[in-house]
Amino acid sequence: MRQRQVAQGARRAREFEAFVAGAAGRLLHAATLLTAEEPHDNPRARRLLTLALAHTYASWDRLRGEDPYDRTRQYLAARFARGAWHQYGGLVRARRQPAGALARLTPQERLILVLRLYEGVAEEQAAALLGLPLERVRTLCDRATATLLHPPRGPAPAVAGPRVAPS
Amino acid sequence: MNRPEREAAVRRIMERSVPSVPPGLYAEAVRRGGRMLRRRRAARRLLWLLLATVTVAFVVWALLVQPWVEPPSETTPPLTDW
Repeated sequence: MRQRQVAQGARRAREFEAFVAGAAGRLLHAATLLTAEEPHDNPRARRLLTLALAHTYASWDRLRGEDPYDRTRQYLAARFARGAWHQYGGLVRARRQPAGALARLTPQERLILVLRLYEGVAEEQAAALLGLPLERVRTLCDRATATLLHPPRGPAPAVAGPRVAPS
Repeated sequence: MNRPEREAAVRRIMERSVPSVPPGLYAEAVRRGGRMLRRRRAARRLLWLLLATVTVAFVVWALLVQPWVEPPSETTPPLTDW
């Protein structure tokens, strides 16, 4: 029993190390895009990725053929979606102005844009992952694309908090 | 611009700057993940232990009290000196 556990732990560590070596760069880029931080100064993205990777490590033996990259990305997106309100719209914490490539967009727009265009997740999957209707995902993606390509005039990171959706 | 062109332009913007992976990432993830695993294992062990204790306590109580035996009647006094 003890011996089997040790062997399983060693195998897990080996496989997980190979996985991190292959996937960490891309996942960290995605996380940095999500948090809209500078590529060389991204403490939030690192923390997000560390937590997601730790979660994947803990559930490594129960993956049963599921793609660990998929699992990590899902956890990353869910965690970001849950944390975005507190990080950006919270009343107590002073918000830090984001400065990355997607700094003009709201957290939700960034999440959808990264999932759809950077990671290439299908619209249906992204909608299911975020619990949004398909049309809403399409609309948000189009709006984010437009904002990014034709930036409105004014100070650059004008939009930081989650905007109320016009209904 | 049509949709594929716009999407390609956005992809180019997003792929412009690539962050470098910090060296301690793997070790930190393994440390946190290992802690999660150990906690889960401890919680599972505790729950099993609790279940076993409750089962043993119930069996002992049942054997002592024997709640399936009908209690002697208390409304009619036993007929002794007929």
